[in-house]
Amino acid sequence: MNHWSFVYAAYAIVLLGTAAVVVNSYVSMRRAERKADQLGKRK
Amino acid sequence: MHAFANPTRFLALAKPLTPFLLLGGIAMVLVACIWGLWATPAERLQGDTVKIIFVHVPMAWLGMAGWTGIAVASVTELIWRHPLASHAARAIAVPGALFSLLCLVTGSIWGRPAWGTWWVWDGRLTSMLVLFFLYLAYIVLANETSKNNGQSRIAAIFGVVGIVNLPIIRFSVEWWETQHQGTSISIMGKSTIDALYLWPLLVSATGFSLLFGAIVLMRMRATLAQTKVDARLKRMAAE
Repeated sequence: MNHWSFVYAAYAIVLLGTAAVVVNSYVSMRRAERKADQLGKRK
Repeated sequence: MHAFANPTRFLALAKPLTPFLLLGGIAMVLVACIWGLWATPAERLQGDTVKIIFVHVPMAWLGMAGWTGIAVASVTELIWRHPLASHAARAIAVPGALFSLLCLVTGSIWGRPAWGTWWVWDGRLTSMLVLFFLYLAYIVLANETSKNNGQSRIAAIFGVVGIVNLPIIRFSVEWWETQHQGTSISIMGKSTIDALYLWPLLVSATGFSLLFGAIVLMRMRATLAQTKVDARLKRMAAE
């Protein structure tokens, strides 16, 4: 393997890992806030 | 700081700040990746593998900064019973653990061509691995002990005690014989890293820091909304 294989692997892992936690956090936030809004409206 | 003890006031600031941090972070990370990958030269001894520095070092800094954040939030929770402190500490734990893991993985990928091995049990690598395990333990402890009101004294004490590991990571390269290179970037003294590598590294670190901030705010907003839902459901069940 040449050096670029190691470099690309490191960048891919970091970018995919960061993107995964960003998406997971965003979806959790939207879901929880929507649920709270719906309950608030029902009152 | 106490002004933001009120969740409503906190949310009024967090809601406009979240997209700013998120979009700013994404833009800076993309610029840093392009700059680091294709606009910096190969290093004399390490060749192109030196470009891993632009993702590896920000992960290490943020993994350590994350635990500092947990410790500060835990002290705030223990002393002032700040209602947002436990939410903040729990929100930091997951990205902190991930960034510590990414630091270990990218370090291992860098180690193979640079040192000829994926892993060595030296002070820096081992203490970073300990930090990752501390994060995992904190996540489990906080989830198991904070089911009633989102607060947990045991998790907060663990958050404060765990900070002992940070100076061990920082000074491990000075205290013990190590495969890992010594400190080359200093805030107080002179950095030995060339400006050609330092600037894209600082852009990358700033970008990932903004993303870290956005993740923490989103996770805090999620737990605050969930706490509100749980309280309402409990009230409705009691009526």
